[in-house]
Formats: sequence, C-alpha cells, structure tokens
Amino acid sequence: MKLLKNLCIAAFLFVFLMPFKTATAAAGGAASHLLNLSPIDMVIIAIYFVVVLAIGFYLKKYASTSDTFFMAGRKMTAWIAGLSFISANLSSLETMGWSAMAYQYGMLGAHAYLIGAIPAILFLAIVMMPFYYICRTHSVPGYLKLRYGEGPRALAGISFTFLTVMVSGASMFAMAKILNLLLGWDMNVSIWVSSITVGIYVFLGGLLSAVFNEVLQFFLIWLGTILIPILGIISAGGWHKMLETAQKNAAIIHPTVQNADFTSLWRNLGSFDTNPMGIDWFGMVFGLGLAVSFGYWCTDFLQVQRVIIAKDLRSAQNGTVIGAMLKMLVPIIVTIPGLLGLAVLLNPDGSPMILVPESDPRANITLRTFNDVLPLLMGQYLGPGLLGLGVTAMIAGFMSGMAGNVSAFATVWTYDVYKPLLNRKASDKHYLNMGRWCSILGVLISIATAYALFYFSNILEFLQVLVFFFIVPLFGTVILGMLWKRATPAGGFWGFLAAIIISMSMWVFVHTFPDGSRPHPSVLISNNAVVSVTKQDGDKISRVVVESGQIQTTNVAIPLEAGKEPVTSGQFTVPQTGIELSGIVKDDSIAKNLRVLVPDAVEADTKQHTKFGVEGISLVLKPGVTIRASYIAKKFDAAAFNPAHTKYVARSEKAKPMAVNMYSAFWSLLVCLSVTIGVSLFTKPKPVEELRNLVMGLTDIPDEGPCPWYHNPKLWAAVVLIILIAINIIFW
Amino acid sequence: MHDEHQIPIWFFIGLLLTIYGVLILGCGIYNVINPPEHPVKLANLHMDIWWGILLLVIGLIYSIKYRPSGTD
Repeated sequence: MKLLKNLCIAAFLFVFLMPFKTATAAAGGAASHLLNLSPIDMVIIAIYFVVVLAIGFYLKKYASTSDTFFMAGRKMTAWIAGLSFISANLSSLETMGWSAMAYQYGMLGAHAYLIGAIPAILFLAIVMMPFYYICRTHSVPGYLKLRYGEGPRALAGISFTFLTVMVSGASMFAMAKILNLLLGWDMNVSIWVSSITVGIYVFLGGLLSAVFNEVLQFFLIWLGTILIPILGIISAGGWHKMLETAQKNAAIIHPTVQNADFTSLWRNLGSFDTNPMGIDWFGMVFGLGLAVSFGYWCTDFLQVQRVIIAKDLRSAQNGTVIGAMLKMLVPIIVTIPGLLGLAVLLNPDGSPMILVPESDPRANITLRTFNDVLPLLMGQYLGPGLLGLGVTAMIAGFMSGMAGNVSAFATVWTYDVYKPLLNRKASDKHYLNMGRWCSILGVLISIATAYALFYFSNILEFLQVLVFFFIVPLFGTVILGMLWKRATPAGGFWGFLAAIIISMSMWVFVHTFPDGSRPHPSVLISNNAVVSVTKQDGDKISRVVVESGQIQTTNVAIPLEAGKEPVTSGQFTVPQTGIELSGIVKDDSIAKNLRVLVPDAVEADTKQHTKFGVEGISLVLKPGVTIRASYIAKKFDAAAFNPAHTKYVARSEKAKPMAVNMYSAFWSLLVCLSVTIGVSLFTKPKPVEELRNLVMGLTDIPDEGPCPWYHNPKLWAAVVLIILIAINIIFW
Repeated sequence: MHDEHQIPIWFFIGLLLTIYGVLILGCGIYNVINPPEHPVKLANLHMDIWWGILLLVIGLIYSIKYRPSGTD
C-alpha cells in the first residue's frame, strides 16, 4: 500500500510538471522538428517520470544513514552492480554521440567499446578491485588519501567535484538542446523538469535511487533502441549489403576521406590517412587502449563507485566482469546505427543524405548534423508507441547520467572535501544531511552550468577535454600507488600535478595559431533579406542575387570600388554599380569555396520564405544592400587544431582531432609515471605498516571460501577476453 | 540492496515493461485496424505488435517473479 501511496505522490508531482512540457511541445510547430510524438508517446514518457519519482519516494526509508545514502549500504548483487556500472556510462550523450562517431568514422567507432574499454574493465575487476574493496574507501580520492596523504586527495577531490557538476551541467544543456531540436520542447522546461525530477529522487534515495534508475534505464535503452539495428539491417538487405552500401556512400558523404576504409577495425590503421579517424595503430593501442581507457574505467569515481558498493569482493569483481560483457554488446545499438546512417538514410531522390558536424555553419539550417543520425533512424522506423519508448530511453539516459554525477558529487564533496578539510567530527546524521543537500546543490550548480552554456557555448569545447586533463593523470598516480610500494606521497602529488599541467599545455599548444586561425570565408544572409535564386539541372542552385536586406561576411575580400584594394572589414552599403563576389576566394594563397548561408530569406518572385546553403557559387549584391564585413584571425581557437603543432603531439600533420586527443592522453600518462617514479626515488616513502591493504605485495586478499566454477571472476574475465580477441579478428 | 522487505528493482522494471507492453501492443493493434496515413518504413512487419508482446511477456515474468510480499 505504501508503494501505491508513493505512486500517487509521484503522479501528483508529475501532473504539475507535465502540462508545461506538453503545451510547449504542442506549440513548437512540427515542420522543423525531427520527430513528432503522438499522444500515446507522451503517455509513455509521462509514465516513466511517475515511476522514477515513485521509486525515489519509496527508497527514502532505505537511505537513513550516511552509509546507505552514499554507498547504498554496500549490499548490491553482482548483476545489479554490473548493470549499474555499465548504465552509468550508457547515457544518451553516449548513444547519440557514438552513433554520430560511427557515422563519421565508420567501424572504428566500435573501438571505444572493445580495446578502448574491455582490457581496462577486466584489469579493474581482477587487479584493482581488491585494493579498492579491501581498504573500504568511499571514493577514489579516498584511496589517494590512504595511499599518499592529504595533498593528492585534495587535488583529486576538488578537481573531481568540479568536473562532475560541470559535466552534469553540460549533459543537461545538451539534453535540453537535443529535445528542442528533435521535439521542439522549450529548453528551460526541459532543464527544470529533468533537474527537479533528478533532484527529488537523489535527495530522497541517494546512491540507491541512482542505481535503481540506472538499472531501469539499462532495460529502457536496450528495448527502446535495439529495434533500429534490427529494422535497419533488414531494410538495407542484410549485413554484408549494408557494409557495402555504407562504404560506397561514405565516399560521397565524406569526400575529404574518399579512400578511407569505413568497415574495418584494424586493417585501415597502418597510417594516418587510410582511415576516417586520422589515427594510426600506435595511437589507438597506447592512446585509447591504454591511457584513456584505463584512466576512465579504473579511476573515474562515477564508474568505480558502482561496483565498490557490491555486497562482497567476489560480487564486486563479477559485477565488473558482467559490465565488461555488456559493454561489448553496446556497438550493436551504437555503431551499427552509425553505419546504417551511411547506408539507409536517403534523400527523397534516393541519393545518400549528407549530415554535417555541429561546427559546420550549415548545421541545422540546411543540413542535419552527425548527432541526428540516431533520431533520424528512429523517425524512419519507429511508429507511435515505439517512438515514445525510444524517446523515453533517451530521456532516461540523460537523467540517469545526471543522477550519477550528482550522487558522485555529493559523496566526494562530503567525504573528500567537507569532512577532511572543513568539519572532521560531525555526527553521521550531519554527514547524511550534508549529502542530501549536496545533491540539491549539485543539481543547482549543474543548472547554473547549463545556463552558462546558453551564453558561452564554446565552454563545451573545453569540457570535452576535461576528462583528459584529470582522469588520465589520476590513473597514473593510483596505479603506481597500488603496484609499487616505493611510490612516495611527494611523488604521487607532483606526478599528478605535472601530468595535469602537461595535458593542459599540450591542449593549448595544438589550438594555438601563431599566424592566426581564420574561419572559412562565408556570407550569412540575414533573416528576411530578399533574394533571387537561379537554378540549373533541376534543383541545383547556380547563382544567388541579394535584392535587398543585410549580409554578414567573414574573411571575404569585397571589391567595393573598381580599381581600389578590396576591403575585408567594416560596414558598407553596396554602391549603384552593384557587387559580385566570386565563388572562389583566395585565403593565404589557397583557393577556397565561398560558403553562402541563407537561414530565412524571402524569394523575390514568390515572396515565400526560403532557406538553403551553397558553396562555390557567385553572389551578386544589388545596390542598397548593407554589408557588415569582418576579418577574423584567432591566435587561439579551441575548435580548430593547428597541423603544424599537432605533428609534435601526434607524430603527424595528418593526425585528426581524435588522434591528437589519444596521443595527448598517452603523453600525459607517461609524464605522470615518469615524474612520480623520479620524485619517489629521491623522497621518503611511507612506512610499510601504513601501506598494508593498499599496495600489491602488502595486501592479503581475503579468502572468501570455495565457490562454484561459474562464480569465479577470473574464469569469466578470460572468457570475455577471448570473445574480445575473436571480435577483433572477425572484423579485422 | 536486498533488505529483507525491500521491493527489488526487478519488480519495478517488470511493472514498467508490462504497462509499456500493453500500450505498445494496443497501439499496434489500432494501427492494423486504422492504418496511419504516413506509415514508417517496414510498417508491414507490424513490429509494434511483436515488440508489445515481447515487453508484455518480459514485464509479466519479472512482475510475478519479484512481486512484493504482503508486508509491503
């Protein structure tokens, strides 16, 4: 009966929240949105909100002490720990983002789930878990305190709390933006509805609530998404036909990497220019497979927290191995949709649909973006009801990711910042209340970050690399501490700090342009300007004339007066003679196509509103048109990589952003290990007695008694490893 | 996790999937009786009916197997 009562409370809350959402959806206008939900879809979404709130209310009574609130009472079974471990990482940003990656990079995207995850997860399960588990730490920074002392713990604790709320805010912003683009929902409503829901259930149930919702989300994501690869492959004519079509279409969709192989895992990694990712095998193995992967899976507290709360060490290890097994399956719902995007997303005339990166000026004006590949497939194959389930899976993924970050923030703040630095001797109830209110504080800071991103969207560029700044050095410090008893507190601190600094320095270096980074020459025709468009060969635009209105030019030389030097900046009115801008623009002696973007203009003949984007055609400006010209050359550009600098970090000028990130992580790990070892050799280690249960060789792994063979984590780890090798050979 | 009287997460999952199964199956049957004007691709496979049945079966198995005892 109590459950019924909780359901009623949740329904009551939802009734207050949902009308705003539905009203906004209805007002949004369907034409410009990717997906149109029917009433049954809205009911399915509403039921999800009611159930998660009900779970939060129900679990409140089970989170009455700090241990139950922060560590869920350490009673999880292996399956729940494993599902939660993998779900915490399976957010919607992950599924949409890696589908987009597979659309952009082909099958190479699957490496994030294979070499980029499995060896590290198995290492966590078999080698590192005993240390985390036996020392009964509340967090990874907590382990650093025990192993190295207060300095590394404070550095890790503060950087982690900062990181989690920033990432949580970025996820919230991304969710609101995506729901706005896909469904037309108001961004403010999306942010507040999801935040209030997450805030309520984490406040009430703590980590237990977060874990319950992660397990729920796992089922929703799989059941809501798996139909896309099934139907897509049927529609493409089978697996081999799909790969063949994807490879053929990739040459049209990604013309800059025409000869790249999109359908293999390894045979295209011989050099930087034979694959769409612009990376070689060394970067893939040592950058992704070693530095990034081990950093993320072994020391990201959000992940580790999910399994150290298992009821015993064997469950923690088996849970982690289960997580590895499930992780290997994720390419089915992530990589295959990306490949399907190349194969089955077609324009009405049967030509492949071209999607572009978010940074492309045509994005969301005339062309959809890489990130839309999964929603586009959902719209193509899922009818009413199933579409609601798919969208619910997406929302569940966002909210569960946010809840994970908020609960991890509350734990690390309370145990690794507040308790050791601000209030050492408070009661258990005090820390419990601190955790509860920190959950709310975490949500509020996330909301503030999300709103900051409205105005400073470039912060997203910075946030994406934060993981590389902190997590990789953290892994270097932790692993040396676990495996080498000679590692000293000073070595740990300086190794960690030096690696963070070197990571940041490399990032600044590859984004620095001594000669200035110049955006592509482009013309933006302002809203409601009047244009005439000449077409040839059907719908192909061959000439655009701006009859009246305003245009903005970037890095375009404008021949304002005959016989005089063209101008690149300032505000002018087109003279009586008119102006014609060539479709080809010289930029530092390199010929580039002039890009013309028209988000909302009026056609002179029909008076109809129109939008389009074209490249390489001439643009005629009639007398009276106003020009606002600007010349941009940035010394530092977070959105661009300087090839002259990337060759020092990633060994080649041909290395693309992904390769640069992988190599940066590798160097960062190398610096961390080198400095920690170097400083440790010249400083005093901790006494052996203080290192018991923290370092290999000084830790007795407790005998948990005999177990049947099918409960042995080492056996299952070996099975997972064999499957991993087989997958890599099959898709070589 | 498994406090003696705590309802397991599997029950909540079963409950949600049962409800979703009923709704999606119902929607699929409605679409057979009244075919939509603009059907999605491969609508002829009636995936909503099959998926609704699958969700319903999984949901019922979980709901029944992990149903709360009388004390809850």
